Parts: sequence; structure tokens; C-alpha cells
Amino acid sequence: MGCEFRCGAARIGRRSALGLGLSLALAPRLVLAQTEPARERPKEGDLLVPVSGPSPEPLKPEDLQLDAKQTFAWPMDPDTKTVRSGSRLNKVLLLRLDPEGFDPETKERAAEGVVAYSAICTHTGCDVISWHPDSQLLECPCHYSLYNPKEAAKVVGGPSPRRLPALPLKTVDGRLVVAKPFTGRAGFQQQM
Amino acid sequence: MPERFRLYRTVVATALALGFSAATVSAQKPLPPLPKPETPPPVPSILQSYKPVTADRLKQPEESDWLMYRRTYDGWGYSPLAQINTENVARLKPVWTLATGQIEGHQAPPIVNNGVMFVATPGNQVLAIDAKAGNLLWRFKRPIPEDILLLHPTSRGVGLLGDKVYFAAADAVLVALDAKTGNEVWNAKVEDYTHGYYMSLAPLVADGKVMVGVSGGELGVRGFVAAFDAETGKPAWKTYAVPAPGEPGSETWPQGDQWKTGGGSVWITGAYDPQTNLTFWGTGNGGPWMGDQRPGDNLYTASTIALDATTGKIKGYFQYHPNDSWDWDEVNPPILVDYQRNGKTVKGLVYAARDGYLWMLERTADKINFVDGKPFVKQNVFTKLDPETGRPEIDPARKPGTGKKAEFCPSLWGGKDWPPVAYSPKTRLLYVPANENLCQALTGEPVTYTPGERYTGVAPASVVFSVVPGADHIGELQAWNLDTGQKVWSHPFANSQLWGPVLATAGGVLFMGGTNDRYFHAFDAASGKILWEFRTSSGVTGVPSSFQVDGKQYVAVLSGWGVDAARMQARLNVAKTWEFPDVPQGGSVWVFALD
Repeated sequence: MGCEFRCGAARIGRRSALGLGLSLALAPRLVLAQTEPARERPKEGDLLVPVSGPSPEPLKPEDLQLDAKQTFAWPMDPDTKTVRSGSRLNKVLLLRLDPEGFDPETKERAAEGVVAYSAICTHTGCDVISWHPDSQLLECPCHYSLYNPKEAAKVVGGPSPRRLPALPLKTVDGRLVVAKPFTGRAGFQQQM
Repeated sequence: MPERFRLYRTVVATALALGFSAATVSAQKPLPPLPKPETPPPVPSILQSYKPVTADRLKQPEESDWLMYRRTYDGWGYSPLAQINTENVARLKPVWTLATGQIEGHQAPPIVNNGVMFVATPGNQVLAIDAKAGNLLWRFKRPIPEDILLLHPTSRGVGLLGDKVYFAAADAVLVALDAKTGNEVWNAKVEDYTHGYYMSLAPLVADGKVMVGVSGGELGVRGFVAAFDAETGKPAWKTYAVPAPGEPGSETWPQGDQWKTGGGSVWITGAYDPQTNLTFWGTGNGGPWMGDQRPGDNLYTASTIALDATTGKIKGYFQYHPNDSWDWDEVNPPILVDYQRNGKTVKGLVYAARDGYLWMLERTADKINFVDGKPFVKQNVFTKLDPETGRPEIDPARKPGTGKKAEFCPSLWGGKDWPPVAYSPKTRLLYVPANENLCQALTGEPVTYTPGERYTGVAPASVVFSVVPGADHIGELQAWNLDTGQKVWSHPFANSQLWGPVLATAGGVLFMGGTNDRYFHAFDAASGKILWEFRTSSGVTGVPSSFQVDGKQYVAVLSGWGVDAARMQARLNVAKTWEFPDVPQGGSVWVFALD
């Protein structure tokens, strides 16, 4: 379960510091590249812009249809307008659902019924593109891991070892804004 | 980095980190000083006397060894060892086992050179093990980039030459290791993993070169085989499975840019004919999946291509089905074997295809000829084969397209997926691990190419599997007589799909796992009767091998369920035809011998 319950935002600093030393030894170029703003993970205050669409207009809750299939978005620095598309691990999926069905954790992270999760499956790194409208479950098409977006993306089927990290949201001036960094590490993890 | 040194570095890093923490807790005693980095630990004696692998040994391996993916270049998967036979195999017992520390599909053969075993696992890992005692000698592990999209997290083994071990890392980098220490000697970038290229095959070592192909048929790659100098890692040649405009075969592609993302991945080790210096490689599905998005035959997807080992030049090809629209990768190479037809000996290529046909071909120095073909499982897509060329006529109702649903058999996993067949020269039978009675529906949808992202053009919800009404099994091990072209026996598995690579031995015993009950099975090669079974730690999808040390024969295999075996099972359980059991993941090496 590892990161599942312990990788809260408050601990990320210490983990990163520890990880940095090892990462520098293993893959120096990778680490340097992540210091580019477009590769940095979503930050508090970032806006969200659709991955595909006519313009990178920041998303509002009403842009998302209730109960519809997930929309994919990149975080965007509101000041520099840098879209953080430099790493696929920054891609998030957004859903607008009835918050009545949310568990307390999810309720706290949602903004007007909109929930955001890392779009990258924690199993082997595929994009989580499928949506089961009847059961309201997310599915990865590669190995069929199932996640429940109303319960903090808990794994409810398939081989995935842990839930999708959530990206807590708020609304500011009617727009969706990142309230806190990812609740865990995005992407899959190599076993040691 | 070998585990011995990596462990030291981790200890230092951890100690430093702990040191920082300790500074804030003054009541704690200071930690004892860490040992200083000293000279590397001594090389174990079994590795000090490591026997170099020569080109001649690869061509004619000692009976006791298993030096490459299928043991011999002809791809037979046959061991001439006969100590374990049909009379005594029931006494087979595990000798040792070793956890690999990895989940997901363990598919590699334990490769054995003079008592030293090399095992590649998911997680970019290679283990060197004392094959008799089970001692871990060294462990190499390469970090996997965190942003890779690794659709098939597995490895199918290593290649050997001289004192080097060659490993195709998942992040599309070829690595040469020192067999004695596990230290990296050189590495060579094969392709850019951020564009969907990854690797899972065992390298083919021939003609002084190390040859690899790339996976990524679902990610918009343009497949190829690339060769590197075995000593230095310097690139030697690179031959694409999809020709560029103006190259031979490009006339089978439309005028646009489809060729750039046309698929034709190469993810299983090729076969090699030293007499003609030709290597034979199988190529994957066209990309994206729906053929109507790339009108034409689309050479050389879903084909066998014959490449000159020295130059990489394409000397011949045979396309099993044009304009693939079923995700039928034809990635195994055919086995090289001579057979009888109409009173004559054919210098043959034999291939049990994912499209569900058993293809009998002829190999020459500059051409591959069609001989005959027939279905080995229920197949409703081909209405007939051209008797001269073997080109299938396709039932349009069974061919999915963009916005067009079609139902077809066999399923996208085919009559047989990647698990290799085996051939025994003693029985003259070909052993095919098949999946029978499985069909499916597919519907294509428009798709836009984004580098490194999924590029199948298929609505996931349209992928629906079904079982032929009244079917009583899916998995089935079949035996075919190559000279008569007739099926001699088949062994059905009532409660499982089959993902078992096959080992044939001179003792008249076949070995295969592949079922969801975690058993590793031994069969009578002549009759198909099960002679022995052993329940391992997880499901067995590894390629079994056999070797001999100090006069004793062993059989080895990796257990470790995952990838497509697990994926197919997930879909079958959704279809509710069978309630297949949960198969826990977790890899381990198993070695068996007579007591």
C-alpha cells in the first residue's frame, strides 16, 4: 500500500529530498528536465486547460457535463500561462458528478462536484481513458484496472497496486483551480 | 548497476538521510560508522571460470546448455537431454526456487551456460544464478523512466556472446553486461521511449551482432529490427518493417503519412539460418488498428521478413494477412524445419499464426514461398487461400472498420499469441499452445496521433469477447505432424485459457505451464497424456528450458502471472462464461530434477 496513505502533501518535501539524492545518481538529466516549469507537477493556484480543444481556455465547472465521460486537462501556471504538458505525468482527468455520492475525502477535494485525478494508471502508466457510465467507474484500457472516482479513486478491480492520486480543487472567480498538489506520486512505480 | 554495489550506495544514502534525522534527536546514540567502499567483492568461483560463448557454440550448443531464447537458432525449443523421460518424469521434484522480487508477466527462459543461469524479469532486471545450487550471483537493475508507457511490462530473456550478456531494456536501450560481474559494459539507445517505443524481447546474437526489435504497436510506432556490434555496441544497421515512400513495399501504403505510424512492431526474438545468413522476424499489427485508416496491403505488417544478418537487407517476406484490422501481430518467427510434401523434402518454415492458420512455407536464399495453410482453431475471417500465393480472401462482414462493428474468430489474441511452439525431431510433431473457441467484436473510431500515446483507434467499450456457443474449453495444446499436415492429438484445458510456451525434450516429455491453476505440466510428447504436474507460486507463462550440470538434467521455468494472460482472463470473467480463479502475481524461478 506504501504511498497510498502516507504520501500526503505535507510529506512530499521530505520524500523529494531523499529521492533527489538517489535520482541524481541514477538519472541526472531526468531530474534537471523536471525543473522546467512545463514539467513541474501541478501547483496550488494552477488553472486547468483542456488537453484537446480549440483554445487553452481555463476550465469552469459548467464546462463539464454532469455524469459525462472524463475530460483530460493540463495544469497551467496562471501568471506565466505555461501549460505543464512537458511531462505526461501532469495530465489529469476531470469528472463532474453528484457530490452526494462522494466519500468525505472526495467531498473535501471536489469543487462544485468536479473531481480531478492523475490520468496516468498506477499499474503500468497507460492513460485512464475509459468510463463506465452505469457503474460510474474509470477504467484503464491496457490491463482493465477499475477506479471509483467517488471514493478517492479507490481500486475496485484489475491489477493496479494503488489508487490514482487526487488533485484537490477549488473554484476562484468561477474557474477550476488547483487547491493542493497531487495527493500521491503520479504514475507507476518500479519495484526494487 | 549490480546489486552488490547498488546495495552499498543505498545504504550510504539511507544512512545519510538517517543521519539528518538523528541530528534532530539528540538523545539518540550516533550510528556506528558505515563500512568504507572497498574493492568490489570477489567474483564467485563459478563466474571466475565462466565459459565464453562462441559463435560456434551458438550454432551447435552442447546438449547441457540453453544459450538462447529457443536454445537453437531454428527456434525448435527442443532439448536433446533424455535423462528425464516418460517413465520417470512422475518423480520430478523441485530442487530450488528463487523469488525475483517483481510482479507482472515473467516470460523469459532461464538461459544456462555451463551451470550459470541468467534470468530476465519485468522491472528491467537480470539475475545471474548458480543453476545447480540456486545461489544468486549478481543482480542488475536499470531504472525505468517514470513517464514511460509500458503496455507490456515483461522481458523475454537475454542473449549471450563471449563474456557478455545482452539485455533489451524496457526503455528501448540495449545493454551489454559483463557476465562475471553484472557490470554494464556498454549501452546503446535503440529508440525514444517517449514516442511509444519499448522493448521486451530477448536479443538475437548472430554474425557478431546483437539484434533487437521494438514493441509499441498500440502506440503509433514504426517497427524495425536494429543490429549493434556485439563487442562495442556501435549501430550496424536498422531495417524498418514499414517502408518509407519510394522503398520497395511502399506502394502498399496510401500516399499520406500513415507509414510513419504504421505499426509492424517486432517483439519476439528472430530465428537464424547460418547457411544463408538470414534472420527471420515476425512483425506485428498495422497501426492504428483499423485497416481502412491505411488502405493497402501494408507491407511488411503481419508478416515474416527475412533479413540478411550482415546488412539488414530484406531478402524475402511472407505476409499472413494484408491490411490487418484484427490486431493479429504475427510476431513469432517461423521455426526452421524440413518436412515432406508430395514426396519431396521442403526446406521449410512453419508458423502457427495469431490469425488462426498453420502456415507451411519454403525458405530459399532470397525468397519465402507459400506451400499450404489451414486453420488450427475456428476461424471465420478467411474464405479461402490463393493456392499459389497463400493470400487469404477476407469476408468483409468479418473485418471491422472505422465506425463499423464486426465480430470475428479467433479473438485479437489469436489462435495462438506470443507463447512459442516447440518441435521434436523424435516425434516429428509440432506442439502448438492454442486458444480455441474465442471470438470477439471490434469497432474502430477516428484517432489522432499524439507521440507516446495510445493510438489504436478503437473504442474500448467496443472490445467485447465471446465464446463459441457450446464450447467446453478454450486452452488447448495441439500436436501436428508436419509431414502429413494432420493434427495428431490435442489436450484441452476445461477451465483455463492457455498462455504456455512449450519445451520439447529427447526424453519424450513436453513441459508447459500457461494455465490459470498455476500448474506446470509434463506431457507425453507422443500421446498428449499428462504425466506430471506441479503447482507453482503463481501462473506459469515463462519459456521452460532444460539443462544439465554435473551429469544431472534439470528443467527450469519462471512462474509469474501477468500481462496478456491476466488481461484475457479479466475479459473472460467480464463475459461471465467461466468464473476463472484469481491468480496472484509475483515472480519466481523454479528448477526441477529427478530425486
